[in-house]
Amino acid sequence: MNRSVAETRERVEKSLKRRRWAELRFKTYGLCAVLLGLSFVVLLFGSLIAQGWSAFRQAYVVIEVHYDPAVLNPEGTATADDLAVADYAALVRTSLKTRFPDVEGRAATKQLAALVSNSAAQTMQKRLAEDPKRMGQRETLRVLASDKVDQLLKGRIDRTVPEADRAVSDQQLAWIDALVKDGSLSLAFNKGFFTQGDSREPEQAGVWGAVVGTLYTLAMTLALSFPIAVAAAIYLEEFARRNRWTDLIEVNINNLAAVPSIVFGLLGLAVFLNIFGMPRSAPLVGGLVLTLLTLPTIIIASRAALKAVPPSIREAALGMGASKVQMVTHHVLPLAMPGILTGTIIGMARALGETAPLLMIGMVAFIVDVPKGLTDPATVLPVQIFLWADSPERAFIERTSAAILVLLLFLVVMNATAVILRNRFERRW
Amino acid sequence: MSSATAPNEPAVAGLPVPVNCKTVGRVTVDNALLSARGVNVFYSGKQAIQEVSIDISRNEVLAMIGPSGCGKSTFLRCLNRMNDTIEGARVTGSIVLDGQDIYDKRQDVVQLRARVGMVFQKPNPFPKSIYENVAYGPRIHGLAADRVELDEIVHTSLQRAGLWDEVKDRLNNPGTSLSGGQQQRLCIARTIAVNPEVILMDEPCSALDPIATARIEDLIDELRASYAIAIVTHSMQQAARVSQRTAYFHLGDLIEVGETDRIFTNPRHKLTEDYITGRFG
Repeated sequence: MNRSVAETRERVEKSLKRRRWAELRFKTYGLCAVLLGLSFVVLLFGSLIAQGWSAFRQAYVVIEVHYDPAVLNPEGTATADDLAVADYAALVRTSLKTRFPDVEGRAATKQLAALVSNSAAQTMQKRLAEDPKRMGQRETLRVLASDKVDQLLKGRIDRTVPEADRAVSDQQLAWIDALVKDGSLSLAFNKGFFTQGDSREPEQAGVWGAVVGTLYTLAMTLALSFPIAVAAAIYLEEFARRNRWTDLIEVNINNLAAVPSIVFGLLGLAVFLNIFGMPRSAPLVGGLVLTLLTLPTIIIASRAALKAVPPSIREAALGMGASKVQMVTHHVLPLAMPGILTGTIIGMARALGETAPLLMIGMVAFIVDVPKGLTDPATVLPVQIFLWADSPERAFIERTSAAILVLLLFLVVMNATAVILRNRFERRW
Repeated sequence: MSSATAPNEPAVAGLPVPVNCKTVGRVTVDNALLSARGVNVFYSGKQAIQEVSIDISRNEVLAMIGPSGCGKSTFLRCLNRMNDTIEGARVTGSIVLDGQDIYDKRQDVVQLRARVGMVFQKPNPFPKSIYENVAYGPRIHGLAADRVELDEIVHTSLQRAGLWDEVKDRLNNPGTSLSGGQQQRLCIARTIAVNPEVILMDEPCSALDPIATARIEDLIDELRASYAIAIVTHSMQQAARVSQRTAYFHLGDLIEVGETDRIFTNPRHKLTEDYITGRFG
């Protein structure tokens, strides 16, 4: 080495400048990537909230009803069954006509009746069934307005377009304005959206059926996939000898994690429905299919978590004379639990968002009733979103976005649980 | 190189030493507790130690020294079958503990490891409380009938490991919150809590400072009264300080065994002499 100290220092300084510049550049790239990702998230949430927020409010009409025996029970001999199928729609028409006495003719009456959801008739029937003494009395009821009225109030139907291209006629507009003016038509919190099942009528459609279906399906998935996956991971990681068979199993588990989810749906259809004859559209089968789907994810995550437990702990336990099972249950598993739980929640979050495999086992069916058990027909949130996104009614647009918000809320809650659980377990030093 | 002396000496209470044993010095002891005869270890077919025969007796510390990779730790791990946990490891020959071949098919490793305890190179307390660390062994082996007895075992074990006074007020603190030296003494307390016959120590002081090392060495000397101890160490001074007999390993061979004083003052084998005079290793 014949370079002088000054020369060396100069060279180092020169290279320093280059390195600093490279570092700055790299940091900028990273920052840009993060900002880009963040802006997409903001865009997603922004558009969803902008679209879906209005679905949490709903137009209601206050009407004066008269449970007229002459309409409901003309012969005076009606049984409870007869009353269930009586002409309540006529009561709605009569009530609206009382409010707008100048309406004449079938066509105009029909237009007037179209302002109110046909659930109004069901509401009346239910009230009468609850208390038969209401027959012949009058009461003020708050009923759902039709989806078109709802959309108009939310400004989603343009009043300026020609009547022929508009979903609401000029005549209806006048009635709506009159109702709004006297305060009997207004927007209020949309309770039905959170308490009802699906419906063909947008104003009556709710997510509760899908939420309950999702809960049943996920509970089934968790109950099956967590113990099976953890047991498999423990066996492969702690007990199995490394040989060609375990290598083969490992490769296959990794492959399974990448199989398109619809294939699991087809498998479920072929095996669970056709061979075992399980019920269609049931959370039971949905849970089984999603178990197949999440197993590889949870196994891989659990194995990684087990692998991360320092070998010195295993040696310490074995050196104390613990059996292998004691070593695993007393020491390795508790230490690996945070990682296993994180992997499980990631797997469950994936299961929560799955649509395709559930289509194959019939969970795409139109189901109005809220499921009451694992074998009841049900649908899940992502499938509900898919179904609503497919519906032609304008009012389903906002409901689709609102359902996505509910799904995202689910996800946020699940991920938060994962973080809390992880911290809870990790705090055991 | 002197001829094999071992076969010429009478094995008083122990097993006969194989004739191909080339170890210099007397490998047997009177009243042996643990006897290894012709032990070979292979890792995935590669031989790590060859034909090692040696006895370990009660109330004695046997130090095993030698350069890195000489097989001393490998041999130590044979003595409580910790090599079983390494995939591809194969052990041949026989190791007899109190008349019982520990590599026999009927030998339960759980029972063996309760009789032959081990302290590792890096202190590895369980991520549990100090109390739980010591209570773990008695608990899994069912040594304590009730809480009172368990408390008693924990107390005496910590006391014998010289840790009681330092931790008696914080038994519920995590074992990992202790200093390195304390952690290692906790590991020793944990080992003696199950009342083993043999304690194996694999470089127990290599991660500790000189003061902590001195405390552990004193402790080893005290424990000698109750247990047979085999210690692997990189420090010849440590071997000289704590052991009564010393075994020198070289490239998988047990080269020389003898009284510690004799090995360090008058080594008979050229390799032993080279090593202890610092010519290599």
